[in-house]
Amino acid sequence: MPELNTSSLPDLIFTVLFFFMMVTSMRDVEVKVQVKTPTGGSEIEKLERKSLVSHIYIGPPSKQYRAIYGAAPRIQLNEFFAEPEAIREFVSSERESMFEKDKPLMKMSLKIDQGVQMGIVTDVKQELRKARALNIVYSAGKDNKDK
Amino acid sequence: MGKGKRKVPGLNQSSTADISFILLIFFLVTTSMDTDSGLSRRLPEWNPDEVEQEMKIKERNVMTVQVNKFNEIFVKNGVINRQIEVSELKDIAKEFIANPDDNPNLPVIEPFEIEGYGTVNTTIKHVISLQTDRTTNYEIYFQVQHELSKAYSELRDAWARRVFGKHYIDCDEKTEQPVVRGVYSNKISEAEPKQYGTAQ
Repeated sequence: MPELNTSSLPDLIFTVLFFFMMVTSMRDVEVKVQVKTPTGGSEIEKLERKSLVSHIYIGPPSKQYRAIYGAAPRIQLNEFFAEPEAIREFVSSERESMFEKDKPLMKMSLKIDQGVQMGIVTDVKQELRKARALNIVYSAGKDNKDK
Repeated sequence: MGKGKRKVPGLNQSSTADISFILLIFFLVTTSMDTDSGLSRRLPEWNPDEVEQEMKIKERNVMTVQVNKFNEIFVKNGVINRQIEVSELKDIAKEFIANPDDNPNLPVIEPFEIEGYGTVNTTIKHVISLQTDRTTNYEIYFQVQHELSKAYSELRDAWARRVFGKHYIDCDEKTEQPVVRGVYSNKISEAEPKQYGTAQ
Protein backbone atom coordinates (compact mmCIF):
# COMPACT_ATOMS: atom_id res chain seq x y z
CA MET A 1 0.00 0.00 0.00
CA PRO A 2 1.47 3.42 -0.90
CA GLU A 3 2.10 5.77 2.01
CA LEU A 4 -0.04 8.87 2.31
CA ASN A 5 1.80 11.97 1.16
CA THR A 6 2.00 14.30 4.15
CA SER A 7 4.28 16.90 2.62
CA SER A 8 1.43 19.42 2.34
CA LEU A 9 0.34 19.03 5.96
CA PRO A 10 2.56 21.88 7.26
CA ASP A 11 1.13 24.24 4.64
CA LEU A 12 -2.35 23.28 5.60
CA ILE A 13 -1.73 23.97 9.26
CA PHE A 14 0.09 27.20 8.45
CA THR A 15 -3.02 28.33 6.63
CA VAL A 16 -5.16 27.63 9.69
CA LEU A 17 -2.60 29.42 11.83
CA PHE A 18 -2.69 32.49 9.61
CA PHE A 19 -6.45 32.43 9.67
CA PHE A 20 -6.47 32.53 13.46
CA MET A 21 -3.86 35.28 13.57
CA MET A 22 -5.88 37.41 11.20
CA VAL A 23 -9.17 36.87 12.95
CA THR A 24 -7.83 37.67 16.40
CA SER A 25 -6.21 40.92 15.37
CA MET A 26 -9.27 41.98 13.39
CA ARG A 27 -11.68 41.64 16.25
CA ASP A 28 -9.87 44.14 18.40
CA VAL A 29 -11.37 47.57 18.29
CA GLU A 30 -8.89 50.33 18.76
CA VAL A 31 -9.73 51.74 22.14
CA LYS A 32 -9.43 55.48 21.98
CA VAL A 33 -10.14 56.14 25.62
CA GLN A 34 -8.04 55.27 28.61
CA VAL A 35 -9.89 52.69 30.63
CA LYS A 36 -8.62 51.21 33.84
CA THR A 37 -11.51 49.22 35.18
CA PRO A 38 -11.96 48.87 38.93
CA THR A 39 -11.04 45.63 40.63
CA GLY A 40 -13.28 43.53 42.77
CA GLY A 41 -13.06 40.25 44.58
CA SER A 42 -15.29 37.25 44.93
CA GLU A 43 -18.29 38.66 43.07
CA ILE A 44 -16.58 39.10 39.72
CA GLU A 45 -17.92 36.66 37.17
CA LYS A 46 -16.39 35.70 33.89
CA LEU A 47 -18.44 36.49 30.84
CA GLU A 48 -19.25 33.46 28.80
CA ARG A 49 -20.24 33.51 25.14
CA LYS A 50 -18.48 36.50 23.73
CA SER A 51 -20.94 36.72 20.86
CA LEU A 52 -23.59 38.02 23.25
CA VAL A 53 -21.49 40.84 24.59
CA SER A 54 -21.21 44.37 23.23
CA HIS A 55 -18.81 46.87 24.69
CA ILE A 56 -19.25 50.46 25.68
CA TYR A 57 -16.10 52.27 26.72
CA ILE A 58 -16.15 55.32 28.93
CA GLY A 59 -13.04 57.20 29.93
CA PRO A 60 -10.81 60.16 29.17
CA PRO A 61 -9.54 60.16 25.55
CA SER A 62 -6.04 58.76 25.00
CA LYS A 63 -3.14 61.19 24.67
CA GLN A 64 -3.15 61.45 20.88
CA TYR A 65 -6.85 62.40 20.85
CA ARG A 66 -6.69 64.93 23.69
CA ALA A 67 -5.91 67.81 21.36
CA ILE A 68 -9.14 67.26 19.46
CA TYR A 69 -11.49 65.87 22.05
CA GLY A 70 -10.18 67.28 25.31
CA ALA A 71 -9.54 65.38 28.53
CA ALA A 72 -13.12 65.07 29.77
CA PRO A 73 -14.45 61.48 29.82
CA ARG A 74 -16.08 60.39 26.57
CA ILE A 75 -18.15 57.45 25.44
CA GLN A 76 -16.76 55.20 22.73
CA LEU A 77 -19.04 52.97 20.69
CA ASN A 78 -17.35 50.73 18.16
CA GLU A 79 -14.54 52.88 16.76
CA PHE A 80 -15.99 56.27 17.40
CA PHE A 81 -16.60 58.76 20.16
CA ALA A 82 -20.30 59.21 20.70
CA GLU A 83 -22.88 61.08 22.67
CA PRO A 84 -25.22 59.19 25.03
CA GLU A 85 -28.05 59.68 22.52
CA ALA A 86 -26.23 57.48 20.01
CA ILE A 87 -26.49 54.46 22.28
CA ARG A 88 -29.98 53.54 21.16
CA GLU A 89 -28.84 53.30 17.58
CA PHE A 90 -25.77 51.35 18.64
CA VAL A 91 -27.88 48.88 20.62
CA SER A 92 -30.29 48.29 17.77
CA SER A 93 -27.48 47.73 15.28
CA GLU A 94 -25.80 45.31 17.67
CA ARG A 95 -29.10 43.56 18.15
CA GLU A 96 -29.61 43.28 14.40
CA SER A 97 -26.36 41.38 14.03
CA MET A 98 -27.40 38.69 16.50
CA PHE A 99 -29.33 35.50 16.04
CA GLU A 100 -33.00 35.79 16.86
CA LYS A 101 -32.85 33.45 19.84
CA ASP A 102 -29.86 35.27 21.32
CA LYS A 103 -31.41 38.72 21.24
CA PRO A 104 -32.94 38.63 24.74
CA LEU A 105 -29.61 37.45 26.14
CA MET A 106 -27.67 40.43 24.86
CA LYS A 107 -25.29 41.86 27.42
CA MET A 108 -23.72 45.27 27.46
CA SER A 109 -20.30 45.33 28.99
CA LEU A 110 -19.58 48.75 30.44
CA LYS A 111 -15.86 49.31 30.46
CA ILE A 112 -15.65 52.37 32.61
CA ASP A 113 -12.54 54.04 33.92
CA GLN A 114 -12.18 54.23 37.69
CA GLY A 115 -11.86 57.98 37.68
CA VAL A 116 -15.06 58.71 35.79
CA GLN A 117 -17.85 60.54 37.55
CA MET A 118 -21.27 58.95 37.89
CA GLY A 119 -23.10 61.54 35.79
CA ILE A 120 -22.01 60.13 32.45
CA VAL A 121 -22.50 56.57 33.71
CA THR A 122 -26.05 57.39 34.73
CA ASP A 123 -26.78 58.95 31.35
CA VAL A 124 -25.55 55.81 29.63
CA LYS A 125 -27.63 53.60 31.91
CA GLN A 126 -30.74 55.64 31.22
CA GLU A 127 -30.16 55.35 27.47
CA LEU A 128 -29.66 51.61 27.81
CA ARG A 129 -32.97 51.35 29.63
CA LYS A 130 -34.65 53.28 26.83
CA ALA A 131 -33.02 50.96 24.31
CA ARG A 132 -34.27 47.98 26.33
CA ALA A 133 -30.79 46.60 26.75
CA LEU A 134 -31.24 45.73 30.40
CA ASN A 135 -28.50 43.19 31.00
CA ILE A 136 -25.39 45.08 31.87
CA VAL A 137 -22.02 44.16 33.27
CA TYR A 138 -19.79 46.56 35.09
CA SER A 139 -16.55 45.35 33.63
CA ALA A 140 -13.92 44.78 36.29
CA GLY A 141 -10.78 42.86 36.90
CA LYS A 142 -10.37 40.28 39.58
CA ASP A 143 -8.21 41.15 42.50
CA ASN A 144 -7.15 38.01 44.30
CA LYS A 145 -6.11 39.69 47.51
CA ASP A 146 -9.72 39.97 48.51
CA LYS A 147 -10.43 36.27 48.57
CA MET B 1 26.37 8.13 -8.71
CA GLY B 2 28.19 6.96 -11.69
CA LYS B 3 25.85 8.75 -14.09
CA GLY B 4 26.85 12.25 -12.86
CA LYS B 5 23.36 13.17 -11.71
CA ARG B 6 23.59 13.44 -7.96
CA LYS B 7 20.39 13.95 -6.08
CA VAL B 8 20.59 16.48 -3.17
CA PRO B 9 19.01 14.89 -0.11
CA GLY B 10 15.84 16.76 0.86
CA LEU B 11 15.51 18.56 4.16
CA ASN B 12 13.56 16.55 6.64
CA GLN B 13 10.29 18.45 6.96
CA SER B 14 8.40 16.03 9.08
CA SER B 15 8.61 18.30 12.16
CA THR B 16 7.34 21.44 10.43
CA ALA B 17 3.80 20.32 11.06
CA ASP B 18 4.49 19.94 14.77
CA ILE B 19 6.12 23.37 14.98
CA SER B 20 3.17 25.07 13.32
CA PHE B 21 0.82 23.08 15.50
CA ILE B 22 2.52 24.51 18.55
CA LEU B 23 2.19 28.03 17.13
CA LEU B 24 -1.44 27.40 16.36
CA ILE B 25 -2.15 26.20 19.87
CA PHE B 26 -0.30 29.19 21.29
CA PHE B 27 -2.55 31.58 19.36
CA LEU B 28 -5.67 29.68 20.31
CA VAL B 29 -4.77 29.87 23.99
CA THR B 30 -3.75 33.53 24.03
CA THR B 31 -6.86 34.72 22.24
CA SER B 32 -9.24 33.03 24.64
CA MET B 33 -7.29 34.35 27.60
CA ASP B 34 -8.56 37.90 27.51
CA THR B 35 -12.06 37.03 28.56
CA ASP B 36 -14.10 39.81 29.95
CA SER B 37 -15.22 39.74 33.54
CA GLY B 38 -17.33 41.95 35.69
CA LEU B 39 -20.31 42.47 37.92
CA SER B 40 -23.66 41.61 36.32
CA ARG B 41 -26.70 43.73 36.93
CA ARG B 42 -30.14 44.01 35.44
CA LEU B 43 -31.52 47.47 34.87
CA PRO B 44 -35.20 48.13 35.57
CA GLU B 45 -37.53 48.50 32.60
CA TRP B 46 -37.88 51.96 31.17
CA ASN B 47 -41.39 53.15 31.75
CA PRO B 48 -41.87 56.88 31.32
CA ASP B 49 -45.34 56.84 32.86
CA GLU B 50 -44.10 55.44 36.10
CA VAL B 51 -41.35 57.94 36.66
CA GLU B 52 -43.65 60.27 38.53
CA GLN B 53 -45.23 57.53 40.54
CA GLU B 54 -44.10 57.41 44.12
CA MET B 55 -43.55 53.86 45.22
CA LYS B 56 -45.36 53.06 48.39
CA ILE B 57 -42.85 51.13 50.41
CA LYS B 58 -42.95 50.87 54.16
CA GLU B 59 -40.16 52.79 55.71
CA ARG B 60 -38.77 49.79 57.55
CA ASN B 61 -38.33 47.93 54.25
CA VAL B 62 -36.03 50.52 52.75
CA MET B 63 -32.34 50.97 53.19
CA THR B 64 -30.83 53.98 51.53
CA VAL B 65 -27.19 53.95 50.57
CA GLN B 66 -26.10 57.36 49.50
CA VAL B 67 -22.72 58.21 48.01
CA ASN B 68 -22.28 61.95 47.87
CA LYS B 69 -19.98 64.07 45.75
CA PHE B 70 -17.21 63.82 48.35
CA ASN B 71 -17.40 60.03 47.95
CA GLU B 72 -18.66 59.62 51.48
CA ILE B 73 -21.11 56.80 52.08
CA PHE B 74 -24.20 57.34 54.18
CA VAL B 75 -26.48 54.50 55.17
CA LYS B 76 -29.96 54.92 56.48
CA ASN B 77 -32.34 52.22 57.62
CA GLY B 78 -34.46 51.45 60.67
CA VAL B 79 -31.53 50.97 63.01
CA ILE B 80 -28.67 52.92 61.53
CA ASN B 81 -28.30 56.39 60.10
CA ARG B 82 -24.72 57.54 59.74
CA GLN B 83 -21.67 57.78 57.58
CA ILE B 84 -19.84 54.48 57.13
CA GLU B 85 -16.76 53.03 55.51
CA VAL B 86 -17.04 50.71 52.50
CA SER B 87 -15.80 47.80 54.62
CA GLU B 88 -18.72 48.13 57.04
CA LEU B 89 -21.35 48.06 54.34
CA LYS B 90 -21.48 44.30 53.79
CA ASP B 91 -22.38 43.43 57.37
CA ILE B 92 -24.91 46.25 57.64
CA ALA B 93 -26.52 45.09 54.39
CA LYS B 94 -26.57 41.45 55.53
CA GLU B 95 -28.30 42.36 58.77
CA PHE B 96 -30.79 44.49 56.89
CA ILE B 97 -31.58 41.90 54.22
CA ALA B 98 -31.90 38.91 56.51
CA ASN B 99 -33.24 40.60 59.66
CA PRO B 100 -32.16 37.57 61.72
CA ASP B 101 -33.61 38.80 65.03
CA ASP B 102 -36.97 39.84 63.59
CA ASN B 103 -36.31 43.43 64.57
CA PRO B 104 -39.45 45.57 64.08
CA ASN B 105 -37.33 48.34 62.59
CA LEU B 106 -35.87 46.10 59.88
CA PRO B 107 -37.74 44.60 56.90
CA VAL B 108 -40.87 42.55 57.48
CA ILE B 109 -40.36 38.81 57.42
CA GLU B 110 -43.26 37.16 55.69
CA PRO B 111 -44.07 33.87 54.01
CA PHE B 112 -43.16 33.80 50.36
CA GLU B 113 -43.99 31.10 47.85
CA ILE B 114 -41.04 29.89 45.80
CA GLU B 115 -41.74 27.89 42.70
CA GLY B 116 -40.38 24.39 42.94
CA TYR B 117 -39.65 24.55 46.65
CA GLY B 118 -42.48 25.80 48.82
CA THR B 119 -42.98 28.60 51.27
CA VAL B 120 -40.16 30.29 53.09
CA ASN B 121 -40.12 33.17 55.50
CA THR B 122 -38.05 35.96 54.11
CA THR B 123 -37.85 39.73 53.77
CA ILE B 124 -39.19 39.67 50.26
CA LYS B 125 -40.24 43.31 50.22
CA HIS B 126 -36.94 44.87 51.22
CA VAL B 127 -35.38 47.42 48.91
CA ILE B 128 -31.88 48.78 48.87
CA SER B 129 -31.88 52.15 47.23
CA LEU B 130 -28.52 53.20 45.93
CA GLN B 131 -28.24 56.89 45.30
CA THR B 132 -25.37 58.80 43.84
CA ASP B 133 -24.54 62.32 42.92
CA ARG B 134 -23.57 63.17 39.35
CA THR B 135 -20.03 63.87 40.51
CA THR B 136 -19.63 60.72 42.60
CA ASN B 137 -16.57 58.72 41.63
CA TYR B 138 -17.34 55.56 39.67
CA GLU B 139 -14.84 53.45 41.57
CA ILE B 140 -16.54 54.11 44.90
CA TYR B 141 -19.89 53.32 43.31
CA PHE B 142 -18.46 50.07 42.01
CA GLN B 143 -17.07 49.13 45.41
CA VAL B 144 -20.49 49.77 46.97
CA GLN B 145 -22.15 47.57 44.34
CA HIS B 146 -19.56 44.91 44.96
CA GLU B 147 -20.07 44.93 48.72
CA LEU B 148 -23.84 44.69 48.30
CA SER B 149 -23.40 41.73 45.94
CA LYS B 150 -21.16 40.12 48.47
CA ALA B 151 -23.81 40.53 51.16
CA TYR B 152 -26.33 38.72 48.97
CA SER B 153 -23.90 35.94 48.05
CA GLU B 154 -22.95 35.29 51.64
CA LEU B 155 -26.58 35.12 52.72
CA ARG B 156 -27.38 32.78 49.84
CA ASP B 157 -24.44 30.60 50.67
CA ALA B 158 -25.45 30.42 54.33
CA TRP B 159 -29.04 29.55 53.42
CA ALA B 160 -27.93 26.90 50.92
CA ARG B 161 -25.71 25.30 53.53
CA ARG B 162 -28.46 25.32 56.14
CA VAL B 163 -31.19 23.94 53.88
CA PHE B 164 -29.43 21.92 51.18
CA GLY B 165 -26.33 21.16 53.22
CA LYS B 166 -23.90 22.41 50.63
CA HIS B 167 -22.37 25.59 49.27
CA TYR B 168 -24.37 27.71 46.85
CA ILE B 169 -21.95 27.07 44.00
CA ASP B 170 -22.32 23.32 44.49
CA CYS B 171 -26.12 23.49 44.25
CA ASP B 172 -27.79 22.38 41.06
CA GLU B 173 -27.92 25.22 38.57
CA LYS B 174 -31.32 24.37 37.19
CA THR B 175 -33.27 23.43 40.32
CA GLU B 176 -31.60 24.55 43.54
CA GLN B 177 -29.82 27.78 42.69
CA PRO B 178 -32.98 29.57 41.48
CA VAL B 179 -34.65 28.65 44.78
CA VAL B 180 -31.81 30.11 46.80
CA ARG B 181 -31.79 33.20 44.61
CA GLY B 182 -35.52 33.49 45.19
CA VAL B 183 -35.08 33.56 48.96
CA TYR B 184 -32.59 36.39 48.83
CA SER B 185 -33.30 38.05 45.54
CA ASN B 186 -31.34 41.06 44.50
CA LYS B 187 -33.34 44.19 45.32
CA ILE B 188 -30.87 46.90 44.61
CA SER B 189 -32.63 49.81 43.04
CA GLU B 190 -30.34 51.66 40.68
CA ALA B 191 -32.20 54.89 40.71
CA GLU B 192 -31.37 58.04 38.88
CA PRO B 193 -29.39 60.46 41.00
CA LYS B 194 -31.36 62.05 43.83
CA GLN B 195 -34.55 60.24 43.04
CA TYR B 196 -36.19 57.14 44.37
CA GLY B 197 -36.44 54.51 41.69
CA THR B 198 -38.76 51.61 41.18
CA ALA B 199 -38.20 48.32 42.87
CA GLN B 200 -37.80 45.27 40.71
